[in-house]
Amino acid sequence: MDYTASPGGFRQRKLQPNMRLRNSSMDGSDGSQLFDDTSGAVARNQPGGSQAAGFSGQSLLSDPMSNLAMAYGSSLASQGREMVDKNLDRFIPISKLKYYFAVDTVYVGKKLGLLVFPYMHENWEVSYQQDSPVAPRFDVNAPDLYIPTMGFITYVLVAGLALGTQNRFSPELLGVQASSALVWLIMEVLAVLLSLYLVTVNTDLTTIDLLAFSGYKYVGMIVGVVAGLLFGRSAYYLSLIWCCAAIFVFMIRTLRLKLLSEAAAEGRLVRGTRNQLRMYLTMSIAAAQPIFMYWLTYHLIR
Amino acid sequence: TKLPTCGNNMAFTLYSLIQAAILCINAVAVLHEERFLSKIGWGVDQSVGGFGDEPGVKVQLMNLIRSVRTVMRVPLIAVNSVCIVLLLLFG
Repeated sequence: MDYTASPGGFRQRKLQPNMRLRNSSMDGSDGSQLFDDTSGAVARNQPGGSQAAGFSGQSLLSDPMSNLAMAYGSSLASQGREMVDKNLDRFIPISKLKYYFAVDTVYVGKKLGLLVFPYMHENWEVSYQQDSPVAPRFDVNAPDLYIPTMGFITYVLVAGLALGTQNRFSPELLGVQASSALVWLIMEVLAVLLSLYLVTVNTDLTTIDLLAFSGYKYVGMIVGVVAGLLFGRSAYYLSLIWCCAAIFVFMIRTLRLKLLSEAAAEGRLVRGTRNQLRMYLTMSIAAAQPIFMYWLTYHLIR
Repeated sequence: TKLPTCGNNMAFTLYSLIQAAILCINAVAVLHEERFLSKIGWGVDQSVGGFGDEPGVKVQLMNLIRSVRTVMRVPLIAVNSVCIVLLLLFG
């Protein structure tokens, strides 16, 4: 993993863009490796050729012209894919996104437990490795995008289920719910970005980090809605209050280390309007989560 | 386009978000420098605060308004024209 230290305290993550070329230098015990390499053979374009030969007899493969055509076609395809990869990487940082999906089952389990019960956890610092953050599978405090994505999709499905039990379901409603929740998510991330800019917080929180933090509330929403479906309205309210409190504490403890200055994050009382502003900002980001959780789920439980 | 209602939730779509964003950026771009912003003390020449590491919220906001106006002038022409044509054709 390449790393660059840039001025201003901002940490950048630069990963090797082509993860497939790691066969030659595999180091399984290296902590910086994002994913386990489970690919067997390297070449995967054999089945296509054999199927085509099976369909039209032996004459296809032995014909030199079609051989040439197949070779040309496959080289063209690989060229096209390289071009697409290169251009796509300019708009969507694919290599950075890969960092957020480097999770495993143990991490997901621990993180879900942390989202529902954050009161016993003591060390909330993200551990770094040579000036770049460690992948989520090695550190339970690192943000990831797997849980928010899965949570969002599960939320849409559970919302459809809940609407179905009230006989209000139709397939377009799934799309409406999905785009509604997505719009609220985008607006929340934009609002947080804007307020971070206005308060001039020098932090290494990237946009994708904020997206991950905003997506963690879907876990609590799903728990609330499922409890409401199974056990009725009172169970919905109880579990929602529990999950709201848990998310509130989780966000405060996580954001405190990133947004506030060193001294304030340790709990000492620091004067100054700037620290006060930052504290208010942290509080309001954390307080917005329960509001959204209630807003996006109350119409599902009637 | 009518969307099926789902309780009290406003049926947001990505298109309405884009519309709202275009309207907001238009609103910021319309603020005139001399006639309005200077009169209320938000002009460009009034944003030079003290030195040090405390720009403050108001200065940041003024810088944001100024940069939005500078950057988005020309693209807004194109985006607004496209929007107008689309609204005329498809309602």
